[in-house]
Amino acid sequence: MSTTDTTDVEAYDALPTEPDQTGGYHPTEVLYVKIAIILALITAAEISTYLVDWGPAHLPALMVMMVVKFALVIGFFMHLRFDNRIFTWVFIAGLALAVAVYIVMITTFRYWQNL
Amino acid sequence: MTDTAVTAPTEPPAGGHATSTGLSNEKLGMWVFLSSECLLFGALISTYLLLHDRSVEGPTPKDVYDIPFTSVSSFVLLMSSLTMVLAVSALTRGDMRRNRLWLLTTALLGTIFIGGQVYEFTSFVREGLGFTTNIFGSAFYTLTGFHGVHVTVGILMLLSLVGLSLRGNLSQERAETVEIIGLYWHFVDVIWIVIFTVVYLAA
Amino acid sequence: MAITEERPLALPAADGGDDDFQPLGIFRRPATATGWRSWVTTVDHKRIGVMYGVIAFFFFLVGGSEALLIRTQLARPGSSLLSANTYNQVFTMHGITMVFLVVMPMAAAFANYLLPLQIGARDVAFPRMNAFSLWCFLGAGIFVNTSWFLGGGADGGWFAYAPNTGVVFSPTHGLDFFTIGLLIAGIASLVSAVNLTVTVLNMRAPGMDMMKMPVFTWMILVVQVLLVLALPVITVALILLTLCRLFGANFFDVSQGADPLLWQHLFWIFGHPEVYILILPSFGIVSEVIPVFSRKPIFGYPFMVASGIAIGFMGWGVWAHHMFASGLGPISVAAFSLSTMFIAVPTGVKILNWMATMWGGKLQFTTAMLFSIGLVGMFTIGGLSGVTHAVAPADTQQTDTYYIVAHFHYVLFGGAMMGLFSGFYFWWPKIFGHFLDEKMGKVHFWLMLIGFNLTFGPMHILGLQGMSRRIYTYEEGLGFDAWNMVASIGAFVIAVSVLVFLANVVRSRRGAADALPPGPDPWDARSLEWMLPSPTPAHNFDEIPTITQLDEFWHRKYGTDENGRTVRIAATEDVTQKGDATDVHLPSPSYWPLVVALGLPLIGYGLIFNLAWAVPGALLVLGGIYGWGLEPADDDENPPHHHAPAPELEAGAEPGSTESEEAAGD
Repeated sequence: MSTTDTTDVEAYDALPTEPDQTGGYHPTEVLYVKIAIILALITAAEISTYLVDWGPAHLPALMVMMVVKFALVIGFFMHLRFDNRIFTWVFIAGLALAVAVYIVMITTFRYWQNL
Repeated sequence: MTDTAVTAPTEPPAGGHATSTGLSNEKLGMWVFLSSECLLFGALISTYLLLHDRSVEGPTPKDVYDIPFTSVSSFVLLMSSLTMVLAVSALTRGDMRRNRLWLLTTALLGTIFIGGQVYEFTSFVREGLGFTTNIFGSAFYTLTGFHGVHVTVGILMLLSLVGLSLRGNLSQERAETVEIIGLYWHFVDVIWIVIFTVVYLAA
Repeated sequence: MAITEERPLALPAADGGDDDFQPLGIFRRPATATGWRSWVTTVDHKRIGVMYGVIAFFFFLVGGSEALLIRTQLARPGSSLLSANTYNQVFTMHGITMVFLVVMPMAAAFANYLLPLQIGARDVAFPRMNAFSLWCFLGAGIFVNTSWFLGGGADGGWFAYAPNTGVVFSPTHGLDFFTIGLLIAGIASLVSAVNLTVTVLNMRAPGMDMMKMPVFTWMILVVQVLLVLALPVITVALILLTLCRLFGANFFDVSQGADPLLWQHLFWIFGHPEVYILILPSFGIVSEVIPVFSRKPIFGYPFMVASGIAIGFMGWGVWAHHMFASGLGPISVAAFSLSTMFIAVPTGVKILNWMATMWGGKLQFTTAMLFSIGLVGMFTIGGLSGVTHAVAPADTQQTDTYYIVAHFHYVLFGGAMMGLFSGFYFWWPKIFGHFLDEKMGKVHFWLMLIGFNLTFGPMHILGLQGMSRRIYTYEEGLGFDAWNMVASIGAFVIAVSVLVFLANVVRSRRGAADALPPGPDPWDARSLEWMLPSPTPAHNFDEIPTITQLDEFWHRKYGTDENGRTVRIAATEDVTQKGDATDVHLPSPSYWPLVVALGLPLIGYGLIFNLAWAVPGALLVLGGIYGWGLEPADDDENPPHHHAPAPELEAGAEPGSTESEEAAGD
């Protein structure tokens, strides 16, 4: 039986580690509350588009604010900014694919039809 | 034969056995699942976007939406994300009581949100927008209903965690379990962020 | 060299386990190792794989019988064997069965059995979820097929275009069985996909980088990612249709403002990645078989991996080529036509690489090799007709004719099925400990190849001559008669070949006791599963090997001498494992996955017939999930989420891969 197999603890040690699973940089509770306040403020701004006429900026502004809130929750509350890159890749893969595929689908309904 | 002194294998992810990436199986599994949910809600949202203005009769979005009301319930759900991270944070520190407190608060906020949805649905029905009334109704109720079911499942999971904690089975080492359920909860909140903008405010 | 663990082997504990253990849940975990109960509660990926295979093969016979009915009906013009209505049900169920109940689960059978072995793991990441996927799939398959006895099968085609599949035009319950059954099957596949993705990413043996994994493992990984991303889309489509059919929603009611194209988009956004889900596992199988029987490594391993990933990626950009004739408009059609042409490239890379692997190799034409070469040939033909479909103007003539039927049967039967049969012959000795008879295997192959080409070859001609798809009969004198008869004869030749295969299975099993045992490595193969005894022991590896290169096992057997020639450097018995390790901790069996899976079809029957049925179904699901979560972890000395104290490792012992958290984790 080969002696290089499982006694190669060095090889096993060389596996990538993620030291900051729950250690490493971790947002403090204070930071979480700050993020929550920012989210609340952005939400207030979003709601103001209902009360005040933002004109042609209405839709783009809403989209931007939605994306910012999205990114804040994903990045901070879901810890994606501080976790292993693999999680980010996994999630972004689904998100990017969904956005791309559904935008294409929707545009084939609204545009390109009778040219 | 090589020597027997052994250094522990690669420090496993907190609470788990060693993995090739150093990440825990359960957490990775949850992120893969959430990736899948992007496609699910994307399809429902796209369906809504395509169909909401194609009704031939019956109420339209502008007729029924109560933005102030929905704003309040959206805010409630948003804040539940804060209480969720505070719950995780508490358990990571070993503070079981705080953990339970924040978990319960999160579940409560979620329940308030669901209550708001129920109220919203019933008032829409009273105003003449049922599930089968028109294509806007079908699309609206399906999208928000699916989201509501996800929130409800989340509330059940949170309450289950509180139950486990009360029995003494939710120890500090199991903080990752709460974190993983937190991921699900935040995701459901994030979907609502999109729905609130795209369905309600953009109308 | 035994693993030092405190706990005895979990599986054969016939005495029911430790008496002083206080479980969290109410019921202790089952502990039988033999008999039907051990199969029903198993979480062993190998047993689950075998069950997937058996069930899938059973459905292959069902779907094949449906095919024979179709071909008998179409053998002659004006036949009245099947009414139009019945014919619709038969061809719909044939498609549903073959796609969802045969090819997908058969690939799952191989994936489940081989994936952990090929990456050097003891099991998948979530063993109980693995069992759940199996039972969920079985429930879905039975559920869909009970439609035959409960009002008729689904009759809208496997693609179920709405509004034709709404209640107005399809009033029987057949399509409800379709939508709900596929939703349940979708849950099975999604859960399995998450499971296998995490397994490949997280449970590889030390030293096994991603680019040292076998091509089969890579293809399975791509398939799982495709499943994770594509299944939700059809889930939504099916839910919309179910809500329309059962609850009066208006999604596909044109009079209410709906657009039928919504269904088509949602279905094909899933449907196109789905066809790559169907073929990639067979591509993976062939990529294992051809190198072994060419005595050469796979040509261009990085390109094989990259092309698989490229196919998975590009597969998302071509779906509307199924909709060229639906009124999309010229710009959409042109865009999708272009993207469809591009996707031929990575597949072409694979075909060329397989041929390059064989070129200059020392070829051994075993049955497995014949089927693999069959795939290469037949898939090329199917792929070429596919390229002709990509040319949108040409497709306008081809679509909805038998030319399309020819194409997809060449790629799915000539491609996917032949690849799966290749896998059967190749891995049978590993799984069952005896060979399938090679002589009968060759009869099977040639009969199948000839029958297959007789059946589907003429369909190219029939299609271009204008024979429509999905018609229950045709008039005589249109020029279709002769080729239809040929095709029908071919179908029965295929049927005979399948009988030969079945006879081979039975005969080989009967003769196993007297036959020469295959041993661990009968084919002189390359990947890790061949390091282990045949049949594979329950615990897989005595010791998890450390990997230093691609085809690690091969390189332990063969090196190069000073002239650069390949020479044998170790005897088989020195590089294979004996399978005699004791004290390996394995995840304990569980019956909760079965309980939860049982509830889902009940909910389905409830939705269709009487909500009273849905209540026990929901209770089973909910209660089952809680039972599952509260079930005692299978390692009572290491409570969940403590990692085991670093054991004193002797030489040859295995670095810390305990499954103590498996139970609580999955």
